[in-house]
Amino acid sequence: MIGIVRPEKANDVLEALYRAEVRGVSMSRVQGHGGELDRVETYRGTTVKMGLAEKVRFEIAVSEPFVQTTVDALLSGARTGEVGDGKIFVVALDHAVRIRTGETDTGAVTPVGA
Amino acid sequence: MIGLSAVPLAAQVNAGDTAWMLAATALVLMMTPALGLFYAGLIRAKNTLNTFMMCLGAIAVATVMWAAIGYSLAFDDGNGFIGGFGYAFLNGVDFTPRDGTTIPHLLFMAFQATFCIITVALVSGAVVERMRFGPFLIFAALWSVLVYSVLAHWGFGGGWLADKGTLDFAGGVPVEMGSGFSALAAALVVGARKDYGRQALLPHNAVYVLLGAGLLWFGWFGFNGGSGFSTGNPGVLAFTNTLLTPACTLLAWFILDLLRGRRITAIGAATAIIVGCVGITPAGGFVSPGWAMALGVLAALPSYAIIVWRPRTRVDETLDVLAAHGIAGFTGILFIGFFAQVSWNGTSDGLLYGNASQLGDQALAAIATPAYAFAATYLLLRAIALFTPLRGSEREEALGMDIVHHGEEAYASGEGAILVSPEEGAEAEVLVADPG
Repeated sequence: MIGIVRPEKANDVLEALYRAEVRGVSMSRVQGHGGELDRVETYRGTTVKMGLAEKVRFEIAVSEPFVQTTVDALLSGARTGEVGDGKIFVVALDHAVRIRTGETDTGAVTPVGA
Repeated sequence: MIGLSAVPLAAQVNAGDTAWMLAATALVLMMTPALGLFYAGLIRAKNTLNTFMMCLGAIAVATVMWAAIGYSLAFDDGNGFIGGFGYAFLNGVDFTPRDGTTIPHLLFMAFQATFCIITVALVSGAVVERMRFGPFLIFAALWSVLVYSVLAHWGFGGGWLADKGTLDFAGGVPVEMGSGFSALAAALVVGARKDYGRQALLPHNAVYVLLGAGLLWFGWFGFNGGSGFSTGNPGVLAFTNTLLTPACTLLAWFILDLLRGRRITAIGAATAIIVGCVGITPAGGFVSPGWAMALGVLAALPSYAIIVWRPRTRVDETLDVLAAHGIAGFTGILFIGFFAQVSWNGTSDGLLYGNASQLGDQALAAIATPAYAFAATYLLLRAIALFTPLRGSEREEALGMDIVHHGEEAYASGEGAILVSPEEGAEAEVLVADPG
């Protein structure tokens, strides 16, 4: 699952995921454009439209029963109700392997001790 | 010639003193951008420019207010509480020596202006990352007169504390306690940042903090060393003590850091430099070099304790102006009451050298200044809040003050930036995801 959210909501998303007991998460900073209005900035005589906005991209691999919980957590953490809140893409995962143990698929994405 | 010599000679402008005070004034002015660097490093990246701009804003409004009425209310003869309007708009402030000094009155005014400026800038540390820029400028303008000028009159300008005999070499009363206790009031009125206590709010650039602290220390040699208004002994003593005291505070801070966390921290060291410089500010020209070193160690203790304790409270006095300035200034003011020595300062002894009344005079300043600074700042901000909101929406705070108030970013990458003509830009002034 891929979630693209506002950087200022990233901490709220992490908190929501933690509460939903989703433990395996990667995040990265990205720049993108999702239909929001451009921000205008001025540096001395130079005025620019910032076509790309800072976003945070979460990548989360979960087993089937956790899909809806994870989507709900992303929604609750990332939503402000204004244009620019981001997207969630749920995509099928062909195969997953936990490097340490060699466990595959569901076993690989189930948190240790869960 | 005989007739002339019977008339008491008016004090003359002294070239050496004037040369040093010109340099000292420039050194003190540099402290405000240095403070901007120090503060900007301590906050999150999205508020870098706004935090720095509060310091530059202080230079703008405090200088104008100072020239208009601030200097007059601080340094003209008036009553014990506040000065008069005799020097308003710098009327009569010219090349003749300022009373009690051998430097031109105009230069004396400029030197004192730089003190007013940095004190206003210091208070901003309590409200960074959330206070709106416009209301801050209004606050800064009014505060520089209603609080700074009043306290400067008390301590320096012939007001009631100076009359009583309170010793304050370079501004423990107006600058340090004035800013520190005002900062506490400002933090209470403006309120905590929305993320305070929920998220870790970390310094975004520790190197800015260290560089800012280093430049502040450098500038402080003008601040304390210039407060004798001459190249004479008090200034030389204060200058040297400005080296000795912060060095001792640094060492004491290292030890406190080791005891508490087993590691000596860099941001702790930067803070220690400030605390040491503040501690010696009131005492610089009054205590021996030995006692100045003792003060460095002593001043670390209460400030360190409050810096550790304050973030556990709900008071978001963001950059700990109270601990670093208010409390260290308080320590320095009281320290004079114990350890001042006539043999070093030519003015007065402290309790340890047999003059208990000096401690009483110092204690008076240490009670009256915080009370006035806190109360006046609290009421002033409450009054401004009746006319305009002091802070923006949660959304604006989340986006960051740089984009919202200045339309710039400190670390703009330029990726995805499309060049527009200024005319077009003016029309298209919209923020990301503007709900309108």
